Amino acid sequence: MKILVGYKRVVDYNVRIQVKPDGTGVVTEGVKLSANPFDDIALEEALRLREKGVAEEVVIVGIGPADLTAHLRNGLAMGANRAIHVTTAEAIQPLTAARTFLKLVEKEQPGLVILGKQAIDDDANQTGQMLAALWDRPQATFASKVEIAEGKATVTREVDAGLETIEAELPAVITTDLRLNEPRFIKLPDIMKAKSKPIEVIEFASLGVEAGGHLKTTHYAAPPKRSKGVMVNDAAELVATLKQKGLL
Amino acid sequence: MTKILVIAEHLDGKLNPSTARAVSAAAAVKPEAIDVLVLADNADAIAAEAAKIEGVTRVLTANRTENAHALAAVLAPQVAKAAAGYSHVFAPSTTFGKDLGPRVAALLGVPQVSDVMTVEGSHTFKRPVYAGNAIVTVEADPALPVVATIRTASWPAAAIGANSAPVEALGLDVALPSHTRFVELKQGKSDRPDLQSASKVVSGGRGVGSKENFEIIYKFADRIGAAVGASRAAVDAGYVPNEMQVGQTGKIIAPELYMAIGISGAIQHLTGIKDAGTIVAINKDAEAPIFEVADIGLVGDLFKIIPELESAL
Repeated sequence: MKILVGYKRVVDYNVRIQVKPDGTGVVTEGVKLSANPFDDIALEEALRLREKGVAEEVVIVGIGPADLTAHLRNGLAMGANRAIHVTTAEAIQPLTAARTFLKLVEKEQPGLVILGKQAIDDDANQTGQMLAALWDRPQATFASKVEIAEGKATVTREVDAGLETIEAELPAVITTDLRLNEPRFIKLPDIMKAKSKPIEVIEFASLGVEAGGHLKTTHYAAPPKRSKGVMVNDAAELVATLKQKGLL
Repeated sequence: MTKILVIAEHLDGKLNPSTARAVSAAAAVKPEAIDVLVLADNADAIAAEAAKIEGVTRVLTANRTENAHALAAVLAPQVAKAAAGYSHVFAPSTTFGKDLGPRVAALLGVPQVSDVMTVEGSHTFKRPVYAGNAIVTVEADPALPVVATIRTASWPAAAIGANSAPVEALGLDVALPSHTRFVELKQGKSDRPDLQSASKVVSGGRGVGSKENFEIIYKFADRIGAAVGASRAAVDAGYVPNEMQVGQTGKIIAPELYMAIGISGAIQHLTGIKDAGTIVAINKDAEAPIFEVADIGLVGDLFKIIPELESAL
């Protein structure tokens, strides 16, 4: 079985984002970029399935500008067999991303697609579900445990009420939650080895992805600031303050 | 014509409060009608509850044995079919709505607006990005249906009681897939108030130190009638189950009082509590980022402070 893994590059999760004063976006110049943390978990899970003999090949997919190559090399160094780089200078929204993945699914015929549950930049949490819908296959979102056997995935999902387990016939789409696994660190020799692994470059325009259905983002704003707080000296003062506010 | 279909969330025959919050957001669009769709194996009791929500025009039910569990792959084709004639489809931005909404949107060939915080116009919304560190204004195409999930922490629940909307069974003749099957749900049984709707929440973090030590948090929360939450660190360390996590990837909450105990205040955690009325931080590290957002801060050892708080109550 082949596993396709979405591997998005985002502003690093430790960066404190600044909104541009003119409201046109957030400052990304000179800001550290990294793999979306949920995508690292997706790749790790795919690699573990390969190590268990469930899968033979792990293919990472990146959609973005020409300089995405270095990012894809990181995924190859982590252990992916090869990469597909769909090149576009445009920012791709989830529906377009899902349509793009569908084209790659038709081309590659994977048994499983693993994506992160959300990207930490747009926080949309949509692409996996949309791909599953367009592909007309099962989805197992927010996965914290995955077992593959006899042509089906048994997936434990982190839902608001607790932990839900479902069965999904393969092929299927799984999206990863934080507790699925602990992604491995990239070792130096693997970085060297990754340089010889193939990256297939596909022009976004050549895929014939259906256009339309975009949201227009008209303005970025910083969130409202909370007013300055006060410090209290002890528990008694805290209780008195909360009682005064009618909160206790 | 503006008509909104709100997808009801429910579990064990009970309507989830997130539904009434989604109805509030629907009302903000000022539509001609707000219909609530209940997909279940036995929708009657849930529909009766939904009919009481202020502002609801009609409650539509889709009773099918396949709807016994909320599987997005099974529900989405029904919702997509029921969406005909509606300008908007709203679902709460809970794990239920997040799972279902995008699948419905893709079937309709439209984008989804995730986590609507405010309604600026019938097709203009504000939503958070970058863990809530930026708020974007997005415009949807007025020629297409809008599929959106509603950030429950941003909306009060519509009042329940005065309304009595008519309930109508909907005949949705849709072939349903059998490729996805429910196996089981393990619920963290708790008598405490529900984390997402509680007016008071006490949360513990890594500073609590162990699963056993978390008892001190539970005991204090019970004393003041609060729900209990946790930071990711506390969940990852195994002190508490995952459904208690508050933050960007856990639950986003807006209680009147939020007490963060032994929580440093990572960006991802603060995302989950930005809309809380009053934030109280108790931490031994005076430099902890949680104090930057706290309305009331107290520096000190939680194991000393909590007993003192209890005796001061």
